[in-house]
Amino acid sequence: MTLRLFETWQNQSLEGIFAECRELSEDAELPTVKRWRENGGKVLGHFQVYFPEEIAHAAGMLPLKMRGAPVEPTHSDSRFGSYLCSILKTNLELVLSNRVELDMFVTHPICDAARNLAAVWGRNYSYPCQILYLPQNANSKASAEYLRGEYDRVKNDIEALTGTQVTDEALRNSIAVYNENRSLLRKIYEIKRKQPWLLSGFEAYLLMNVGGMILREEHNEMLKAAIPLIEARPAKRQDKIRVVFEGGFCEQPPLDLIRAISQSCYIVDDDLLIGLRWILEDIPLEGDLLMNMADAYLEKSTYSPVQHDARKPKEKMLLQRIADSGAEAAIITAAKMCEPGLEDQVTYTKALDEKGIPYFVGEFEENMTSFDSMEIQLETFTENLIFS
Amino acid sequence: MTETKTDELVGRGNKEGADLFREWFDSLADAAKNGRGAAYVFVMGSMAELLHVFDFPLVLPEITSLQTAVRRVADTYLAEAEDYGYSPDICGYVKADMAVQLRGGQHPMGQIPKPSVAVMSNACNTYIKWAEIWERMYGIPLFVLDVPATRQAGGQFQPGSSDFERDRKYVEAQVRELITLCEQVSGKKFDIDRLRESLGYANDMNEGWRRVLELNKSKPSLFNAVTDGTVYLGVSNNLRGTKKGSQFFKNLVEEMEYKAAHGIGTQIVEKYRLGFVGVPCYPIFRRFSEMFTEWGGNFVHSTYLNFASGGGNLGYQYDVNRPIESLAEGYLISVREAMDNMFHQDRVVIDWVKNYELDGVVYHPIKSCRTVSTGLADGRRAMMAATDVPSLFIESDMMDKRVVSEAQMKNRADAFFEGLASRREMAKVAQT
Ligand code: SF4
Ligand code: SF4
Repeated sequence: MTLRLFETWQNQSLEGIFAECRELSEDAELPTVKRWRENGGKVLGHFQVYFPEEIAHAAGMLPLKMRGAPVEPTHSDSRFGSYLCSILKTNLELVLSNRVELDMFVTHPICDAARNLAAVWGRNYSYPCQILYLPQNANSKASAEYLRGEYDRVKNDIEALTGTQVTDEALRNSIAVYNENRSLLRKIYEIKRKQPWLLSGFEAYLLMNVGGMILREEHNEMLKAAIPLIEARPAKRQDKIRVVFEGGFCEQPPLDLIRAISQSCYIVDDDLLIGLRWILEDIPLEGDLLMNMADAYLEKSTYSPVQHDARKPKEKMLLQRIADSGAEAAIITAAKMCEPGLEDQVTYTKALDEKGIPYFVGEFEENMTSFDSMEIQLETFTENLIFS
Repeated sequence: MTETKTDELVGRGNKEGADLFREWFDSLADAAKNGRGAAYVFVMGSMAELLHVFDFPLVLPEITSLQTAVRRVADTYLAEAEDYGYSPDICGYVKADMAVQLRGGQHPMGQIPKPSVAVMSNACNTYIKWAEIWERMYGIPLFVLDVPATRQAGGQFQPGSSDFERDRKYVEAQVRELITLCEQVSGKKFDIDRLRESLGYANDMNEGWRRVLELNKSKPSLFNAVTDGTVYLGVSNNLRGTKKGSQFFKNLVEEMEYKAAHGIGTQIVEKYRLGFVGVPCYPIFRRFSEMFTEWGGNFVHSTYLNFASGGGNLGYQYDVNRPIESLAEGYLISVREAMDNMFHQDRVVIDWVKNYELDGVVYHPIKSCRTVSTGLADGRRAMMAATDVPSLFIESDMMDKRVVSEAQMKNRADAFFEGLASRREMAKVAQT
């Protein structure tokens, strides 16, 4: 790795690293992507939730996780009707306003809205704008083979675009980089679960979030530098409620909301940017690599409202997440106008009612600036739990 | 002689369609009474051809839901589901059905049987979220028929290509898995000859549907794609793969060919030929249509007739000599077509402008349905860049009266027609 897209975190204290990550997270100009392009690099923008970034990485592209942005949808608003979630608009705004330039765009059939995006994007740009048909029948015996073929198709398209052959060696190297990244993120989440006083949910989020906009090797370096500093923190356990945060699998809550929740609770687990952590185990580096990736997507993966898998009923998975993280309560959110998120809010709350687990329900929008009332309600909720 | 024939044929499709619709609801009530477990399926990719082999009563919850709106009782159903916890911002069909289920199947048109299995294609993601509710409520198995759609505008994989074959193999494997599941749930052995039979009926229906839509290129057009078309569509969905469905479409083709040959149009004097993009406004179904017919505007085609028939508009013909393979291929091609009519509607409409000689296009995105509505504003922009046909864009809902503003819609429709009229005047002046 010769080119560095994000250097300012280096030689910083832990607080300094958090501050740098925050600054980058809030910068809608996506300076790391600009730097990459200035150096002649190509960019593949992929919509939430999961994309096999390893394939683009192996072709020398920068995979950019398009997870919305703090921007007003001044150009993109006219491309969409009402009653839609914000992330659709802000992602398109990033390109229409020239904040970011892509060479390829990929969306997924995660929901009714997002699956329209290949067509919307394709009407506005001449570069490849497509949908990666991740299998929606996760329980068919034919799904893995089909997905392998789908990955191969995307690989061919990327090769044609970049003129770079994705060799097995390159792909193996990329998978290894991403395996390491997922393992480091697992470590971050382990700290959150076991010693949440060492790392707040907000801080953990900042560390994770920048991963989607820099090279993953750099992200690994940063996480490797940060983890020992976190572990050496002199922080003391506080009297805070341990909660699981659910509802951040696609559109992201505003940073300040995550910060506010972190102030009153320990977020011991969550589904924020779950795509970065979708694969739960290392992908094997031997054999048919694309098949290994397909198999990992289906067989060694977590859950979200946008994937149906008979083996993973959502409510059971949430209860498991709560049990595994020793949470006492849950915060069940959904992005405004997010059909799958809003539907599973009901699924989750009914299951929590049955188990007698306390929960807080709310909706958010990535660019909401005022959530005072939500903050107050949340405080009341946590205080009630502490004193009950 | 001609007069008698006219009396016999004209309007027959609407009458027969309404009768068959009533019969279908009655058959569901019978099934409920006899405690028969139904297959819950969806209009885009219902797999009815296969499910008939196992004698499942077929419930199409989109249709039972929309009937609550047509019968003007949707608001109480929506309110019940919202009281249960569902957001005002999710698909109204899901909520109306949720209320029907909470009421133990009680529906204004009769009792709806409980499901014993649900089959949903991926044509709409909400199908899957919706079916997950039944999975939890009734502990029934769900089967997602995953049909990979067009990856990129204009890039449909064609039969014979390796990409197409890969998709086809995936769909075929799922069809075979669905057969096993149906055997388990119904306790009946799969009978390939019965599948051949229902594919044969489906072939008649597909061909009939394609022909009926094609015949509406006639001037004047023969039926209103929003009102009459929805009646025909109901039969195409409720009776897919049945003898009655086959006969209905044969009769309908006869009616439409007769009308075309004799220059018989709809009940209005057609002044403007319109395309409709989106989902009808069921809470004010008749009134909505009148906003256009009052001005002499007739809907000659609608993307709804293409996508909500599961792509039946293509007229796909199954090869009954290799039924399973052909069923898979037919679903891949047809459900993909349904999705193209939602996501890539701009291409469809641009084609109609020429082939159906449209004077205007009405876009009707709805709050409930992101599948259909997300891309309409951008599709309209592309359509307007490619043609010089005026368009109207009105948002409302197909279930929820709270977001249907009739007066405002009427004003917009009036202004649209005034624009069409003055455009026509100007064109006349330019010619003289
Ligand atoms: S936030 Fe929800 S509705 Fe919006 S794109 Fe993501 S999954 Fe789809
Ligand atoms: S979201 Fe749209 S296509 Fe899906 S069930 Fe609702 S109305 Fe039908």
